[in-house]
Amino acid sequence: MQGWVRGHRNAEETIRHLLEKLLTSDAIDALLVPLRTPDGRNVVPTLVRDPSLLERAAPLAPVLPVNAGTVLGHVTATGGLGRVGAVMRNCELRTAVELSKVKQVLLDDVVFIGVDCLGTCRVEDHARMVEAGLGWTASALAAARDGRVEPMDGYAFRPACTMCERPIPGVGESFAPHIALGLLGVENDQGLWVSVQDETMVEVLGIEPGEEPEARAEAIQALVTARTAEQDRRLAEFGERVHDPASLLAEFATCIRCQNCMVACPICYCKECIFRTDVFDHSSARYWDWAERKGGVRLPSDTLLFHVTRMLHMAHACVGCGMCSDACPAGIPVADIFRAVGQRVQERFGYVPGRDPEDEMIIATFREDELGEMGK
Amino acid sequence: MIDFEPRIVAFLCNWCSSTAADLAGTSRIQYPPNVRIIRLMCSGQLDPIYVAKAVLEGADGVLIGGCHPGDCHYQSGNFKARRRVAILQEVLGQLGLEPERVWLRWISASEGQHFADTVTEMVAEIRELGPSALRQQWSI
Repeated sequence: MQGWVRGHRNAEETIRHLLEKLLTSDAIDALLVPLRTPDGRNVVPTLVRDPSLLERAAPLAPVLPVNAGTVLGHVTATGGLGRVGAVMRNCELRTAVELSKVKQVLLDDVVFIGVDCLGTCRVEDHARMVEAGLGWTASALAAARDGRVEPMDGYAFRPACTMCERPIPGVGESFAPHIALGLLGVENDQGLWVSVQDETMVEVLGIEPGEEPEARAEAIQALVTARTAEQDRRLAEFGERVHDPASLLAEFATCIRCQNCMVACPICYCKECIFRTDVFDHSSARYWDWAERKGGVRLPSDTLLFHVTRMLHMAHACVGCGMCSDACPAGIPVADIFRAVGQRVQERFGYVPGRDPEDEMIIATFREDELGEMGK
Repeated sequence: MIDFEPRIVAFLCNWCSSTAADLAGTSRIQYPPNVRIIRLMCSGQLDPIYVAKAVLEGADGVLIGGCHPGDCHYQSGNFKARRRVAILQEVLGQLGLEPERVWLRWISASEGQHFADTVTEMVAEIRELGPSALRQQWSI
């Protein structure tokens, strides 16, 4: 069921009113929604019980400090505490779907509210925008109405966003949220384009049923095409740049072993990563042995093993949110690397992360009649 | 590369492939001594991190041996291993790390000859590929 929610000054205000209606209805008991911090320089996922806090809700702010899929796990993992409305971008929705497969998010308790993603900047860039008194939302909404998604002059979107081929919730082999708020390719100054799965929501949210504007489908198609082309270009570039041990080592040469990429990755959910255990606290003699054999040994050891192991453990479910690249203090394009590897693994098994909670994770299942012996 | 003797790390399951290796020995079947065997209870026990470690430390080849499909002592360990090795192959391939050095083979407990033949074939193939470029890499 689709239609318009109207009656407010602009789309952002309409979203706030709609969230308030939801939170004060019986549909949900709490909202997980991006709120602007008191100083205004960041917008962070917040579990909200008091509707008056929603005046700070800023789900369109161009910033993604953490992937809310992870924190949705924190508030739903034990279950039984009530229903949470989760306001998310599509990468976060898809993360939540992946995490539900490994029992880190309990879908039963969640009402997903997807929002068209108009792009995000790095946290520090967004803070600078705020400090400079630059308002972005109005111009972003005007551009989205005309089918364009672009950053503010002088600022760039995060690299992961510029090659994100699934910016619209429920579109392009993505899980359809219970409620989807559409901004791209619609007259968003006239109202909000809303799709719902459950008919009862029509009354709760005050939706006037309508036909999807043709311009919307066209705008989505154009954006997806452009993003896919950019992704193809970047992944092909990676393939050309990295093709043997020496070029692979060069790619990770600046790694400082902070493990930020692992911490920031929403798919890396292990409570205790093997690289945070004493498994790699080798005896001193081992380092001397390696130094003897190779002439020397980079320390801490196993830098490449850390990255390759993460690829082996999670690239199959990588949704491409790009938190890893943001977290890297050394500027390694971690997200491009993981998307390149992830895409290859995912294509081999026809797996699309975040498509459907019922899809079984590649490593969690098998078919008897697949694959053969490997190697030559 | 006449002097090159490949070093192959073999992860073999207890119930099939490592028993086949035993059988090859007790049957006095000759095969090249280039393989270092690590016995696991099941190929499904093999976290790919161990294979990655072997590859990155410069093993010239890695052989993973399990029971034939349908014969796993634990029902499905070899099917799980097969998926993990397939993922590993894709990851190594994308990174330019020669996936052709990592082999997965089904070798049952009664196939001592097959084990010897597999090692012989693998050693010959790896000899063709030459030594792993990672062995002398100090900066990995």
